[in-house]
Amino acid sequence: MSEHIVPVRVYITIFAVLLVGTALTVWAAFQDFPWQLNTIVAMTIAITKATFVVLYFMHVRYSARLIWVILTAALFWMGIMFALTFSDYWTRGWIKVGY
Amino acid sequence: MASHATTAPEVHGHPALQHHFENMEQQREAGTLGMWVFLVTEIMFFGGMFLAYTLYRSLYPAAFASASNHLDITLGAVNTGVLILSSFTMAMAVYFTQVGKHRPQVLCLILTLVLGLTFLGIKAKEYSDKYHDHLIPGRLIPGNPFNPAVAEHGDTDPHKLHLIGDATVEKVQMFYWIYFAMTGMHALHMIIGAGLLTYLIIFSLKRRFDPEYHSPVEVIGLYWHFVDIVWIFLFPLLYLLGRHLEHG
Amino acid sequence: MKPIESFEVPPPPKVNYINAKYGLKSWLLTKDHKRIALLYLGSITFFFFIGGIYALMIRLELLTPQGDFLQSTTYNKVFTQHGIIMIFFFLIPSIPATLGNFLIPMMIGAKDLAFPRINLLSWYIYLLGGIITIYALLAGGVDTGWTFYTPFSTTFSNSYVVATGLGIFINGFSSILTGLNFIVTIHTMRAPGMTWMRMPLFLWSHYATSLIMILGTPVIAITILLLAFERVARVGIFDPALGGDPVLFQHLFWFYSHPAVYIMILPSMGVISELIANFSRKNIFGYSFVAFSSIAIAVFGFLVWGHHLFVTSQSVYAGMIFSFLSFAVAIPSAIKVFNWTATLYKSSISYDTPMLYALGFIGLFTIGGMTGLFLASLAIDVHLSDTYFVVAHFHYIMVGGALMGYLGGLHYWWPKISGRMYPEGWGRFSALVIFVGFNLTFLPQFVAGYLGMPRRYHAYPPEFQVFNVLSSAGASILGFGMLIPAIYFVWSMRYGCQAEPNPWHLPGLEWRTSSPPPTENFEVTPVVTWDAYEFAPREETEVVGKFRPELERI
Repeated sequence: MSEHIVPVRVYITIFAVLLVGTALTVWAAFQDFPWQLNTIVAMTIAITKATFVVLYFMHVRYSARLIWVILTAALFWMGIMFALTFSDYWTRGWIKVGY
Repeated sequence: MASHATTAPEVHGHPALQHHFENMEQQREAGTLGMWVFLVTEIMFFGGMFLAYTLYRSLYPAAFASASNHLDITLGAVNTGVLILSSFTMAMAVYFTQVGKHRPQVLCLILTLVLGLTFLGIKAKEYSDKYHDHLIPGRLIPGNPFNPAVAEHGDTDPHKLHLIGDATVEKVQMFYWIYFAMTGMHALHMIIGAGLLTYLIIFSLKRRFDPEYHSPVEVIGLYWHFVDIVWIFLFPLLYLLGRHLEHG
Repeated sequence: MKPIESFEVPPPPKVNYINAKYGLKSWLLTKDHKRIALLYLGSITFFFFIGGIYALMIRLELLTPQGDFLQSTTYNKVFTQHGIIMIFFFLIPSIPATLGNFLIPMMIGAKDLAFPRINLLSWYIYLLGGIITIYALLAGGVDTGWTFYTPFSTTFSNSYVVATGLGIFINGFSSILTGLNFIVTIHTMRAPGMTWMRMPLFLWSHYATSLIMILGTPVIAITILLLAFERVARVGIFDPALGGDPVLFQHLFWFYSHPAVYIMILPSMGVISELIANFSRKNIFGYSFVAFSSIAIAVFGFLVWGHHLFVTSQSVYAGMIFSFLSFAVAIPSAIKVFNWTATLYKSSISYDTPMLYALGFIGLFTIGGMTGLFLASLAIDVHLSDTYFVVAHFHYIMVGGALMGYLGGLHYWWPKISGRMYPEGWGRFSALVIFVGFNLTFLPQFVAGYLGMPRRYHAYPPEFQVFNVLSSAGASILGFGMLIPAIYFVWSMRYGCQAEPNPWHLPGLEWRTSSPPPTENFEVTPVVTWDAYEFAPREETEVVGKFRPELERI
């Protein structure tokens, strides 16, 4: 069986990291950071937590390359949807159509 | 990937080997790959709602902050913890199946299910709070239209909506349909997950899974972790976005 | 290396997948991908006829400039339902669910797809979606256009939007499960020796199609749910009066619906690759280019959806990006057309019915594709948007392209599927009738559209009548032409000549088992040591242009 068995201590560590991340994001939410930093901090923490779940709980760290190609492709596609849609909304004000 | 050609079509090692697969490894690979492809569809599915959220939040930031501040951050944070713990117990269930420890495996699956149901219970409390504060959007519940009481300046009643900046009740409604659509869809996926876990528990009790064959446990685990990840994003986006603008 | 001659034709087995088990339950609860393909074939043909009846009603109404056959609201329902049925219940599933389901395991040397029960489930889901949609049609229909634009569909339409949306939503799962099955099968179940670059191009294009199904269909699913949510709850997701943006709906809708057109054409291109290579007895020119251009079409197809929003409030800058990308997406399609043509050059072409469809495809798809470039140009699109030019453009691709490929593939693989030959003379005759009828229907629509005739109107200014009369005449010829294969395919199942395992004498894996195949496809799992289109040396093939006499009998 070529399956990799992840040791229990890894799971416990990741679990602890996730709880710490949650506490951290709640704390950060109440701090008034300048500019858009609140959002950036929150998203960074969320992405980090999600990455740990994907790599360790979902075993992607130990999986065939095909799996993480698929995962990357899905995120990339969601990125395409966001990027091209916002290429519309964020440039609407740039040209004044004269009425 | 390619295995030796078999001449006898009925060479089977394990009773769970399906007739069209050469061996258990191919079957396991196919099952895992299949679940990942399905998760890709789920990413794109939720992605559409995240897109709508991002757009309307960028258009109405003050309204979204006001609306978000009305959500119960304690319940939201507790729910986040509950789901993370359930992901841990699910991962442990897979582990115990891989090493053949039957009792802890079943226990972990039951714990995961209980935690999932706890999440849903807390969600139901949150939804009922919204109902009582008249924050269900549109005419979703006939007879209970979106009609929250707006707090006057200095009024600290937590059941009333406290507006920040240029927020209006109308734009706050925009937040609430997104809130219900996203958490509702997430809750639906949790309910489906609970059903899948029930199936796993029943078949685990029948000793259906062993270190050789436990694809369903692994694959349903992947689904469960995905649902957890969606919540990891929903929590800050829905509950935390305006807290730094709260006063007191 | 003589792959065909070295293969011994097995004696026709007494038991094949059709007669292996009798009884309705053995068909309705089957896990055999070949039987599921036939189940799909029946239901898809049924929906095609319903869509065709709506088309007939449209062309009857448009014979005269006045709106005298149907009321305007009824006409709105007719063209809407024609579009919904044809796109969601015929074109999207057609080749993948019938030919794909049947052939993919055989072409890769497997006994079945990776998930046979999910395959059967996908058919039941298709039926459920279809039944709900038919209920909606019978209850009163939907009149929003298959595009369901807001705020008409959410706020003002008095038709069965939610019910139809539900039918389409459910049908989407059928698409997703089919695509999922194909991707996993092609990755994990190829026979020993079947490398990616030895796969028939039919498999490459179905793989690319499955990628689109997986990545795109969920987005239309959530879009339809949001549409239903707004219609029921009146929350204002897409309603400008409540702070929403109707163009957001269009972004979400077209994010799927543009790649959907590639779902409709890519499998057909895969069929054409098979037909061109096999009926010209020559290895496809530029195999890797054709293979990778399938993937390129799938990827690029996701980058161009904004060209449907050129005349909305979408920003001009975004419009320019989408316009450029829409030109870029034409390139992989053009690469395929050039490679097919290069394959035909100095080859040994036999003009059997499938080849006639393939040749028709190349010409008609090219016209359809090039007229797409007109529409991809921002300035021209302002004039051509919502005119009959658009209608003609997509019908050239969908009917002249996708449908031709479907018919060509059905004819080509009919001996394998049914164990019978269709009557070749009637096959060629109907191919010609369809070709003539099709062009007469849609060529005048290009002109009418260019001159300004709007689409989705049941009445029009009299100066467009001549084009509409030509078009309706063509439509009746086209309809007649398509009835003929429906009749002779059914006829051939009882009275057609028995087919040998390899009636066309071709090297593909699917021809190395009996016609019809046994339930498990191959007696022995094959080990593949040859390329996809290796033909015997030139001296041993038939003389160019001579029709094979044993197929001449009607």
